[in-house]
Amino acid sequence: MTCDHLVIVGASLAGLRGAEAARQAGFAGRLTLIGDEPHRPYDRPPLSKQVLTGSVAPAATALPNLVPLAAEWHLGSAAAALDRGERVVTLQDGRRIAYDRLLIATGARPRPWPDAAQGRLAGVHTLRGREDAAALRASLAEKPARVLVIGGGFIGCEVAAACRDLGLPVTLVETGPTVLAGVLGTYLGAVVGALHEARGVDLVFDAKVEALEDDGTGRVVRARLADGRAIETDCVVVALGAVRNTEWLTGSGLAFDEGGVDCDPEGYVVDTEGRPDKAIAAAGDVARFPHPLYDGRRVALEHWGHAAAQGAHAARLLTGHGAGPYDEVPAFWSSQGGVTIKSVGLTEGADSLVIAQGDPKTGRFLALYGRAGRCIAAVSFDSVRWLPAYAEMVAVRAPFPPIRGGVDQGRLSEMAPGLAQRDET
Amino acid sequence: MPDPNVPDIGPSPSPDPSRAAGGLRVTVDLNRCQAYAQCCYAAPDHFTLHGAEALHYDPAPTAAARDAIERARVSCPIQAILVEDAGSGHP
Ligand SMILES: Cc1cc2nc3c(=O)[nH]c(=O)nc-3n(C[C@H](O)[C@H](O)[C@H](O)COP(=O)(O)OP(=O)(O)OC[C@H]3O[C@@H](n4cnc5c(N)ncnc54)[C@H](O)[C@@H]3O)c2cc1C
Ligand code: SF4
Repeated sequence: MTCDHLVIVGASLAGLRGAEAARQAGFAGRLTLIGDEPHRPYDRPPLSKQVLTGSVAPAATALPNLVPLAAEWHLGSAAAALDRGERVVTLQDGRRIAYDRLLIATGARPRPWPDAAQGRLAGVHTLRGREDAAALRASLAEKPARVLVIGGGFIGCEVAAACRDLGLPVTLVETGPTVLAGVLGTYLGAVVGALHEARGVDLVFDAKVEALEDDGTGRVVRARLADGRAIETDCVVVALGAVRNTEWLTGSGLAFDEGGVDCDPEGYVVDTEGRPDKAIAAAGDVARFPHPLYDGRRVALEHWGHAAAQGAHAARLLTGHGAGPYDEVPAFWSSQGGVTIKSVGLTEGADSLVIAQGDPKTGRFLALYGRAGRCIAAVSFDSVRWLPAYAEMVAVRAPFPPIRGGVDQGRLSEMAPGLAQRDET
Repeated sequence: MPDPNVPDIGPSPSPDPSRAAGGLRVTVDLNRCQAYAQCCYAAPDHFTLHGAEALHYDPAPTAAARDAIERARVSCPIQAILVEDAGSGHP
C-alpha cells in the first residue's frame, strides 16, 4: 500500500510535528492539514504562564515550522465525520477530503463546568487556546478583587501562581487533600502546596465548589462550596482537567471515548473489535495507547514532548518511513511561582518514593518513584541537572530503591508517595 | 522533497503579525533545557532565567533580532532552541 495523500486532522503540535517528520523522512505526496481553530499551529504552554502575566502576547506563540511543508491547509474548519470504508473525512461545512493515510491529532479541551449556564457567566474562564488565554489575561489586567481557581492540577497551579505574580488575591479550591495529588501524589503535592501558600495563594482542600452565583446581571460574584461556605469572586478559572476531542469519530467504528481514541502499540487506531486500521494512526493528547514501559497499560498523556514525538512517530509510520512500537519515555515540565518541576516516567501506581538528591526543605531536590521494586518515575524541583541520570534508571526500569554509591551514604529512606493504588487486572 | 518555494495552498490562514514583519518564531524544548543559560548570555534581551531554572524567552522576535537569536540557538549545548526564520524561505 502506498500513501499518495496524508491527511492530518488537528493542526497543533502533534499535527505540525507529524507533517514535518513526514517531509523530513522524504514523503513527497500530498499533505493536508485540517484544523478547527483559525490559526496556524501555536504553542500552548506559555498560555498559562507568561501570557497571563503579560510578558508574552497571546498571539505571539506561533510554533516554528522547521521544514518546508508544501501543505494544503484547511483552517477554521472542523472535521465532522470519518468514513473509513470510503476513506473520507467530511468537514463541518460539508466538504469531503479523501485520504490514503490519516493522522488523528485532535487533542483535548477543558472539562467544562458541570452546569452549562453557570459556566457561561461573565468572568468564568477555562484555558486551552489562544482566545481563552487572551480573555483570561484581559480579566486579570482589570485587577479582579479575587480570582478563584477551581482545581489543583498543573494548569490550576500555574494560573494561581501567575495571579500572585500579578499581586492578585487568589483562592484555589481542590477536592483532594493537596494540589497535584493525582500526578505527584500527596507527599510532593504538599510540597507544591506549601510553595503556593508561602506566595500568598489561599488554598482550600477537601472542598468542592457546588455552584457559581451571579449578581442577577450574568456576572459571577460568588462561589458556593458544598459545605455551605461562600467565596466572593469576580474571576473564576475552571481547571478540572481535559476531555479528548473524539466526538467527530462517532460512526467510524473506531474504539474511543472522552479519554481518547485507542491505538495499538505502534500507534494505529483500533476498531471496537480491537482490530488495527493500518491507514489511520493517532498522536498527542487524543491518543490512548499501551505503553511498553508500563506493562502495556493504556495511557493518554497530556505532555508537550509526547505530542511532538508521537506526532512524528505516527506520520513516519503512516508514510512507510518507520515502524515498531512507540516507546518514548513520558516527560513534562511545569513552572509555577519561579519553581521548575520536571518529570520523567509515569508515577501512577507508585508504592514508594525516595528523595534521591537534595532536600525538599531547600526547594531543590529530586524524587524517585518506585513500584514493585522498580524505578517508574523521577521528578526534579529546580534540579534538572540530576534528572538525566535518573531518567536513565526509569527508562531501563532499574531496581528500586537505587543503590547509593559511597560508603558514607546511608540507605535512602522510603516514603509513601500518597498515590492511589491501581488494581491489578 | 517538495519545492520549498511552492507556497502553501488552500484557504489562507489568519494573518500572523510576526510573519508580516519578517520576524522569527522561536520555541524551546523545555523538557530538554538544562538551564545552562548560554542562550541568556548570547541573547540577553530574548532569553532570561527566572528563579533557578525557569527559562523565559521571546517566542516572536522581530527581524532585527535575527543575529542574536541565531547566536543563542547555536550556543545551546543540547540544541533545545527551535527557530523558524521568515528570511529562510520557509512557509
Ligand atoms: C494552558 C496549557 C499549558 C500547558 N503547559 C504545558 C507544560 O508546561 N508542559 C507540558 O509538557 N505540557 C503542557 N501543556 C500540554 C501540551 O500543550 C499538550 O500536550 C499539547 O498541546 C498537545 O498537542 P496536540 O497537538 O496533541 O493537541 P492540541 O494542542 O490540543 O491540538 C489539537 C488541535 O486539534 C483541533 N481540533 C479538535 N477537534 C478537531 C476537529 N474535529 N477537526 C479539526 N480540528 C480539531 C483543536 O482545536 C486543536 O487545535 C499545556 C497545555 C495547555 C492547554
Ligand atoms: S542554552 Fe539551551 S539548555 Fe541552556 S538555558 Fe538556553 S535553552 Fe536551556
